[in-house]
Amino acid sequence: MAKLNVNGKVVEVDVEDDTPLLWVIREHVGLTGTKYGCGVAQCGACTVHLDGVATRSCALPVSAVTEENRIVTIEGLGAETPHPVQQAWAELDVAQCGYCQVGMIMAASSLLAQNPNPSDDDIRAEITNICRCGTYPRVLAGVKLAAERMTNRG
Amino acid sequence: MTIHERIHSQSAAGRLSRRGFLTGAGAAAGAFSFGFSFPLPVRAVAQEAAKETVKEVNAWVVIQPDESVIIRIARAEMGQGSLTGLAQLVAEELDCDWDKVRFELVKPGENRRRERVWRDQSTGGSRAIRGSQEYVRMGGATARAMLVQAAAQQWGVPAARCSVAKGVITHQASGRSTTYGAVAAAANGIAPPTGLTLKDPKDWTIAGQPVKRLDTLDKLNGSLVYGMDISMPGMLVAIPKACPVHGGKLKSFDASAVSNMRGVKHVLRVDDETVAVVADTFWRAKTALDALPIEWDNGPNANVSSETIAAMLREGLTADTQFVGNRVGDAKAVLAGAGRVIEADYGFPYQNHAPMEVINATVRWTPERCEMWGPTQVAEAALDALAAAAELPAEACEVHVVRIGGSFGRRLTTEYVTMATRIARQVPGTPVKMMWTREEDMAQGRYHPVTQCRLRGAVDADGNLEALHMRISGQSIMAYMRPSIMTANGDPVTFQGLMPGGAEMAIGYTIPDLLIDHAMRNPHIRPGAWRGVNLNQNAVYLECFIDELAQAAKVDPLAFRRKLMANHPKHLAVLEAAAKGIGWETTKPPEGVHRGLAQVMGFGSYVAAAAEVSVKDGRLKIHRIVAATDPGYVVNPQQVEAQIAGSFVYGLSAMLYGECTVKDGRIVEENFDTYNVMRLDEMPVVEVITVPSGGFWGGVGEPTIAVAAPAVLNAVFAATGKRVRQLPLKNIDLNLS
Repeated sequence: MAKLNVNGKVVEVDVEDDTPLLWVIREHVGLTGTKYGCGVAQCGACTVHLDGVATRSCALPVSAVTEENRIVTIEGLGAETPHPVQQAWAELDVAQCGYCQVGMIMAASSLLAQNPNPSDDDIRAEITNICRCGTYPRVLAGVKLAAERMTNRG
Repeated sequence: MTIHERIHSQSAAGRLSRRGFLTGAGAAAGAFSFGFSFPLPVRAVAQEAAKETVKEVNAWVVIQPDESVIIRIARAEMGQGSLTGLAQLVAEELDCDWDKVRFELVKPGENRRRERVWRDQSTGGSRAIRGSQEYVRMGGATARAMLVQAAAQQWGVPAARCSVAKGVITHQASGRSTTYGAVAAAANGIAPPTGLTLKDPKDWTIAGQPVKRLDTLDKLNGSLVYGMDISMPGMLVAIPKACPVHGGKLKSFDASAVSNMRGVKHVLRVDDETVAVVADTFWRAKTALDALPIEWDNGPNANVSSETIAAMLREGLTADTQFVGNRVGDAKAVLAGAGRVIEADYGFPYQNHAPMEVINATVRWTPERCEMWGPTQVAEAALDALAAAAELPAEACEVHVVRIGGSFGRRLTTEYVTMATRIARQVPGTPVKMMWTREEDMAQGRYHPVTQCRLRGAVDADGNLEALHMRISGQSIMAYMRPSIMTANGDPVTFQGLMPGGAEMAIGYTIPDLLIDHAMRNPHIRPGAWRGVNLNQNAVYLECFIDELAQAAKVDPLAFRRKLMANHPKHLAVLEAAAKGIGWETTKPPEGVHRGLAQVMGFGSYVAAAAEVSVKDGRLKIHRIVAATDPGYVVNPQQVEAQIAGSFVYGLSAMLYGECTVKDGRIVEENFDTYNVMRLDEMPVVEVITVPSGGFWGGVGEPTIAVAAPAVLNAVFAATGKRVRQLPLKNIDLNLS
């Protein structure tokens, strides 16, 4: 049994303690934007924000999270208006198959929250998600465009 | 306690009761009704066609009263972007307003019911656009003519006196105009005209433009439902496990050990080699499967290893029996009498496709009807596999295709459709979503085949290549995947990029005496078509060895190639473009940076790459790639660029890390921690040059992968003096000796 704060709503789920947060979000809360890619925190397709920090949810047991922790998934990221990262992604046509992109967007938006003006090297070091289609050049460009927009707006 | 401390703590679970958060349909609805709005200034998020019954104009085009244009797409979309390219081709001939275009994916059962009006739906070999462009464009042109005829009839004027711009039909003489949406219903009754002429590509205004993809926005907010995300009322989840030794059998399993575990509904024998746990959720199914006692009969392959496979292939390097793919003169005789023979052995290991979305399929079976929802690159073959496993006529079955989370050739086979159907049959009436774990996906792939190659070349005193013998030894994909196309002598697909001529896979060199042959050696590991297929290893072998020959001849690698390419102007043109782009003959690379080149023809296109790398303390850094491509025509430049840049990620991931090793008959690497792939920090700058020369239609998704590794490996030699002949590079010490 677990009580979670997902996208600002508190939800109760009847799950085993060792169930990874990813599968609780996908199958019990019913938000399938967060993806399964590897199950061992390697690929980042399952990235969510946990108290604002990009966190790989596939290897994180739900018992490690309480309702005090704010979980934000892709469905909650741009719920009011699209996040500048989502806007930049749309503008630059970053996605190919798209499967890893929600994780990329969650990782990128977390990075920009902590480092509003990252260098290329910062982005290369911090965004470690796997994309097999090979969107990396546009991911890099997308983070920079979003940073520029956020800085100008802020 | 920080969250990172909690990650290692199991004690924080609450003790509250369950409320209304359910799996199943409510969950899916929840995903969409989460209050997400996405008012981006582009087009609507929901790209699935509206459900109201509007009569189509023809099979390719539906125009709704609100003027939105739905273009039907018959080929699979798995990230390569052909969905948008095909829509551009239809829209171009249709003369509609591109901003109003949406898409709908064609179901194979519907295609069959309509006597295959959408023709071939298989999506491989970089053929989605080049294999269908003519009839797809004609579909748009025909719809345009029918719409114009409908308007002309209403006005009582000749259709030839009407013009169209952005979906508005105008009769100049009378000043009347109407819209596609207004006449679409009437157009449905017009007899489709024949003998229409397609536009000259130089007059294109929608095709040929760098328009944005039609299928982006739902990928950015989590609302796109991939096969993995499908949810239905009462749906169960199945996770299978097959004998890890390919060809081995499932001997027994003890269902009683897990059948009382929470959520577990069934423990099933799927086929001779596979068991599956069916439960209410993924995690419960996986937990039970991990705990399930299983006995395997590993069979005769239980002692096979990478070493025994390598020995088997090595024998083939000198074996007498072989299949000739390209012969000019008598290379063996010239080599036997040559003063100087250069010789080298190369090898290319097994690779897993490793798409981000693992294998999955959701199937509901009843004695009367069977349906599948999920990803496939071969929708019609999937329908046949579904019907066969369901033991129902194909007319009683349907495959609901979805956009795919990467595939790269993995879903050209349908064994997983069969598997999912066999599971669903044992749970009649219940939709069952079969999902593989990443570990199962790694263990039960359809791998890039393993080959070795011995190359022997004779260079004369003037630095000219006199003769070349290239002996490939190794696995045939088609012997396993499509035996029907094998010839009496062997697998013709083996020689991709090395063929004597033709419009698909021709070698780019004229060599006075040439022999390229294949000794087929098929280990038990199941091969498949891995993006780029046999072009990948063939380009490594030939392009790296050409560099070795140039070195032996003491001739610059570009100059050495030019001498051999006079009869291959299209091959040469892209090589020259890449060389020029990197500054091969005009600018010096930065200090410590070295260059390499490669070119190849594959999938109907001509491609080349030039790479700049440095090696410091044994660590390779790939700085910059210039890639040149002649695909004949470019339908969407920015998507072609994305495909080419992405090709370097796929090709260089294989070169740097990709290797599935075999031990005790099974694949050793289980996940991305041991099967590493390139990430953003290793991504070089890729500059894309397209030089479409027209007159032919080549593919884009695959060919460039093949030049990624040899261009970089030739640059690595320039940097280190080391020839890397056995991939991947992670096993090679690049420290300067």
